[in-house]
Amino acid sequence: MISSQHIEKEHGKGLLFQMKRIRRFEEKSAEMYTKSKIRGFLHLYIGEEAVAVGVLNALTDDDKVLSTYREHGHALVRGIDAGAIMAEMYGKQEGCSLGRGGSMHLFDIKKNFYGGNAIVAGHLPLAVGLALADKKQKKDNLTCCFFGEGAVAEGEFHESMNLASLFKVPVLFVCENNGYAMGTALKYTHSMQDLEKKGDCYNIPSAAVNGMDIMAVANATKQAIDEIRRTGGPYFLICNTYRFRAHSMFDAELYRSKEEVEEWKKQDPIPAFQKLLVDQDLISKEEIRKMDQDIEQEMQEAVDFAEAGTWEPVEQLTKFVYSDSLENR
Amino acid sequence: MHEYPTVAKITYREALKQAIREALQDNDRVFLMGEDVGRYGGAFAVSKGLLEEFGPERIMDVPLSESGFAGTGIGAALGGMRPIVEIMTVNFSLLALDQIVNNAATLLHMSGGQLNVPVVIRIGCGIGRQLAAQHSHSWEPIFAHIPGLKVLSIGTHEDARNMLNLALKEPDPVIIFEYTAMLNIEGEAQSDLEVDIHRAKIRRPGKDISIITYGPGVYKSLEAAAELSKAGIDAEVLDLRVLRPLDVKSIIASVSKTHRALVVEEAWKSVSISSEVISIIVENAFFELDAPVKRLCGAEVPIPYPKHLEDACIPQKEDIVNQIKKMMS
Amino acid sequence: MIEFSMPSLGADMEAGTLTAWRVKPGEFVKKGDIIADVETQKGIIEIEVFDEGTIEKLLIKEDEKVPVGTIMALISADHEVPAPPKSKQLPEEKSKEASPVVEPARIRISPLARRMAEQNNIDFSIIEGTGERGFIVKEDIEKVISGKGKRMPKATVDKVSTATEGIRSAIASAMSRSNREIPHYYLSEKIDMSNALNWLLDTNKQLPVKQRLLPAAILIKAVANSLVIVPELNAIWDNGLQMKRDIHPGFVVSLRNGGVVIPSVHHADKKSPQEIMKVLADVISRARSMRLKSSELSDSTVTITSLGERGVEIVQGVIYPPQVALIGFGGIREEPIVENKMLGIRPVITATLAADHRATDGHVGDRFLKILKENLQKPEQL
Repeated sequence: MISSQHIEKEHGKGLLFQMKRIRRFEEKSAEMYTKSKIRGFLHLYIGEEAVAVGVLNALTDDDKVLSTYREHGHALVRGIDAGAIMAEMYGKQEGCSLGRGGSMHLFDIKKNFYGGNAIVAGHLPLAVGLALADKKQKKDNLTCCFFGEGAVAEGEFHESMNLASLFKVPVLFVCENNGYAMGTALKYTHSMQDLEKKGDCYNIPSAAVNGMDIMAVANATKQAIDEIRRTGGPYFLICNTYRFRAHSMFDAELYRSKEEVEEWKKQDPIPAFQKLLVDQDLISKEEIRKMDQDIEQEMQEAVDFAEAGTWEPVEQLTKFVYSDSLENR
Repeated sequence: MHEYPTVAKITYREALKQAIREALQDNDRVFLMGEDVGRYGGAFAVSKGLLEEFGPERIMDVPLSESGFAGTGIGAALGGMRPIVEIMTVNFSLLALDQIVNNAATLLHMSGGQLNVPVVIRIGCGIGRQLAAQHSHSWEPIFAHIPGLKVLSIGTHEDARNMLNLALKEPDPVIIFEYTAMLNIEGEAQSDLEVDIHRAKIRRPGKDISIITYGPGVYKSLEAAAELSKAGIDAEVLDLRVLRPLDVKSIIASVSKTHRALVVEEAWKSVSISSEVISIIVENAFFELDAPVKRLCGAEVPIPYPKHLEDACIPQKEDIVNQIKKMMS
Repeated sequence: MIEFSMPSLGADMEAGTLTAWRVKPGEFVKKGDIIADVETQKGIIEIEVFDEGTIEKLLIKEDEKVPVGTIMALISADHEVPAPPKSKQLPEEKSKEASPVVEPARIRISPLARRMAEQNNIDFSIIEGTGERGFIVKEDIEKVISGKGKRMPKATVDKVSTATEGIRSAIASAMSRSNREIPHYYLSEKIDMSNALNWLLDTNKQLPVKQRLLPAAILIKAVANSLVIVPELNAIWDNGLQMKRDIHPGFVVSLRNGGVVIPSVHHADKKSPQEIMKVLADVISRARSMRLKSSELSDSTVTITSLGERGVEIVQGVIYPPQVALIGFGGIREEPIVENKMLGIRPVITATLAADHRATDGHVGDRFLKILKENLQKPEQL
C-alpha cells in the first residue's frame, strides 16, 4: 500500500511516468536480449522502480550518483537518453559510454552519473572519495551511492562507512535490499538482518523504508538529505524491495518459489501508485493511455536509435587506456 | 651524462620528503593520505613533520582499510583533487588491488573516455630487512601487468626527488614504488626539470654489455659495473625507471650498442619485468645479440627470515659481477 | 640414451660405409662435433652429431656398410646443457626401411654474427667459433673481415683407396643417369684471354705468393656473374625448371688417384676473385685429402670444369644431374687472331656450354657465352 498523503498533481504524474518508463525500457531490453541484440550480462530492475524514482527525484543536478550493474533505471531517471542507454547495450559508439561499457557500465559525467559499477561494493570507496573532494573544494552537493544488500557483506562497505563517518563527508548510502544476493537469500548472507542497525556501528544515522512504496521512499530520502545537509556527514538508507525478474537473463531461479514472487507482485509499485493517483483524481484514464503510448513510442525510438548506431572501428581498440590516446577525440 | 652543480648529499628518505613537501606547496589540491602518515610521522618517517606544516586536511591519517582509502583516493581524484595515496608497504597493497585494477585502471576506458583518474599511489616495497615472508615483497610485476596504470620505480635519489611531482601532472593513475631498504642511503638529489617519467635512463654508459635493471638493482649494478671496469669490462647500466609502459626504444638502443644483456631485478623470476624485457629484446633486437640474454632475479621462494638466506634470495653486487664475467669470457 | 644413426645426407643416399670413428667410448661430444667419417657415393663425409653427451658404445665397426637409419652409436645425455628434442628413435625392425629425416647441420652462430657474416658475404660455415659452446660470435666475424680468421682445422688423410672406389662408382652412376636422362646440347666460343691474364699478372704482383690467383678463380667469377644475367642456367631440373636464387658453382677437382669431386664455391657472384681463390685453395686441398663437408658437395647449382693451362682445346662435359648446365674450359693456347684486319697472336680459351635441352634452348646458351666473353674482357670489373 502506498502511504497516504497529499500528492501534488504534476509531481505525482511525473513519478508514475518515470516508473513506467523504467518498466517498459527493461521489458524492451529483455526482448532485445532474446533477439541477441544485447549480449553480456543483463540485470533488470523490474519491481524495484520505486527506489530509483523515489530517491533520485529528491536530488539536485549537482549531486553525484553512483550505481551498480543493475542501473538502467537510475540512468534513465538521472536523465540519460533512453536511446543512448540502448545503444550502449548494443555496444554501438553512440552509447552513453561509447559502447565500451555495455549494460553494466553506463556513464554520463554531464549528468553526474558515475556508473554502472560491477564489482559489488567496489564503488563505495569512490563515493566517499568524490564526497571528500567536494568537501575539500567547499561544494555543497552530496554523493548518492546505490548498492544491493549483497554489498553490505563486503569489506569495502564497512571500510567506506567508517571512512565516510570519520571524514564526515556527505554520502547518501542507499541500500536496495531486494532480499537476494544473486541467488542467496538475506538470511543466508547476514548474521544480523536489520541492516539499518549497521549504521550505528559507524555512528551514521540510518532508516529502513518500504521500497515498494514510492512516496515512502521519497519522504525517507528527503529526510536523509535534510540530515546530510544539517550535519555534513553520511546517511544510510535501506529500501526493502523485490526484483520480479531473475537476477540476470541466465538464471533458472531455483532459489525462490513462484508463490513468493507472486506474493511480492501484489505489491508492484506501479499499479499501486497508479491506482492511488486515479483514486485521488490526479490522473485520468485517458492521460494514462496517452502516457503508455508515449513511453511505447520512446522505447521503440530508443531501439531504432541503437539499431541505426555504428560500430567503433577496430583500429581504435587501444583507445581509452591512457589519456594521451584521446587527444584526437 | 647530465652535469649537476655540486649538491649536498641527502638520504633517499629526505629526497622523498622534499618531493612531497614541494607537491603540497605547489598545488593546494594535492593532499597525502595513508596509514600513519600524520601523527606517527610516516611508518618510515618519510612524512615526519608534514602534519605540523600542512595540517590534518592535507596530511590525512586513515584507518587500516587499504581498499577503502585507496578507493577514496581514486574517488577524490575523480572529484577534481590530486591525492597522494600512501600504501605503507606493498605487502598490504593486494588489499587495495581491486580498487587499483577495477577502478583506477579501468574507469577511463569503461566510461568511454569521460573519466580521468589522476591519482598517485606510493607504495613502499622491497626485500632485505629480515622481515620474513609476509613483509618482503617485490611485486612491481603484478602492477606492471595492468593496462591503464603507469608504474614507476624509484632506484635513485634523483628520481626520489623528482618522480612524484611529475606523476602528479599525469592525467592517469600512477603507481610509484619506493624501496624501504634504500631510505638511509645518501646520495645527491635536487629538483630537476629534465627528469621525465616516460623514459628509461642510462645511469652509466658502456659498450660491452647492458645491465638492465630497476629499483634497488640500479645502485647494485652501478657498483658491479665499477668493479667490472677494473677487469676491463665496460658495462652499461640502464635504469628502466618506468615499468609500465616500458621504454622499448631505450632497451633496444642499449642492446644494439652492446650486443649483450643481463637483466637484474629482485622480483620473482617467472612472469616478471625481466621476462618482459627479454621478450622485447628477442622480438625487436634478435639480430643484435651476440650471446644469450641472461637474468638475475629473486629466488622463487617466500622470503625466509635468516639474513644469509634472505641475501641469497636476491641478486647481490657479487652475483652481477660473476655473471657478467662468465658472459664475457 | 640417445641413438646416433647413419644419417641421410641426400634423398638418394641409401647407405653409407663407416670409414673411421673419430671418437672413443667415454668421450664427451657436443652438438656439432665430427664423430665419424662415412663414405658415400659422393665421397667421404664428416658426420656431425646433433646431441650432447658421452659416447656410451660404438655399435658399428669401421669398414662396415649400413643402411641409412641404422643405429651406429649410443650417447648418454649430459644434463649440463638441455638437449634439443630427440629426432625420431624408431624400433629396430622399422629403422631399416624408414629413412629418418635428419635436420641440416646447424651452424652455431650468434644472431649478430650471422647478420654480420651475411652483410659481408662471409661463408660462416667454415669459421671456427670462439664463443660460448663454440658459437661463432661477433669477434670471429671481425677477425675474418680483417683477414685473421680461424677456419676449420684440417684433419689427417686416411683410407684414400677405399674412398676412391666409392667415388668411382658415384661418378659412374651420376654420369650414366645424366646420359640417360638429359638431352644435352653444346655451344662453344673462343675467348681472347689477354686482358684477363694481364690483369691476373698485375694483381698477382701485389699479392704474397700464397694468395696468388689462378686463372680458375677468374673463370669461376666470370661464369657466376654471367649467371646473374642468365639465371636459367643456374638451376635444377626436377619435374620442370627450378631456378636457384643462390649461385653456388661446383668446381671439378681431379683427385690424384683418379676420380673427381665437385666442391661448390658458395655465392661466387658475391665474392671477389681473391675471395674465390681463397675458397678454392681451401676446398681443393681438402678435396684431395677427402675432407669435404657434406654441404660443400651437395648444393652446387651449376658445374665448371677447367682442364688447366696445358689441357686440350675443347671440353664437352656431362651435366651433373639435377643441374642443367656445365661450362667446360679447355687449355689456354696461343692462337692467331684477326683483329682490325691484322693478324695477331693471342692467348685463347674455348668455353663450351653443355646444357639441358629440356630446360633451355640454344639461344639462352648463346646469350650466356656472349656475356661470359664480354665479362672476361673486363676482368677489372669482376
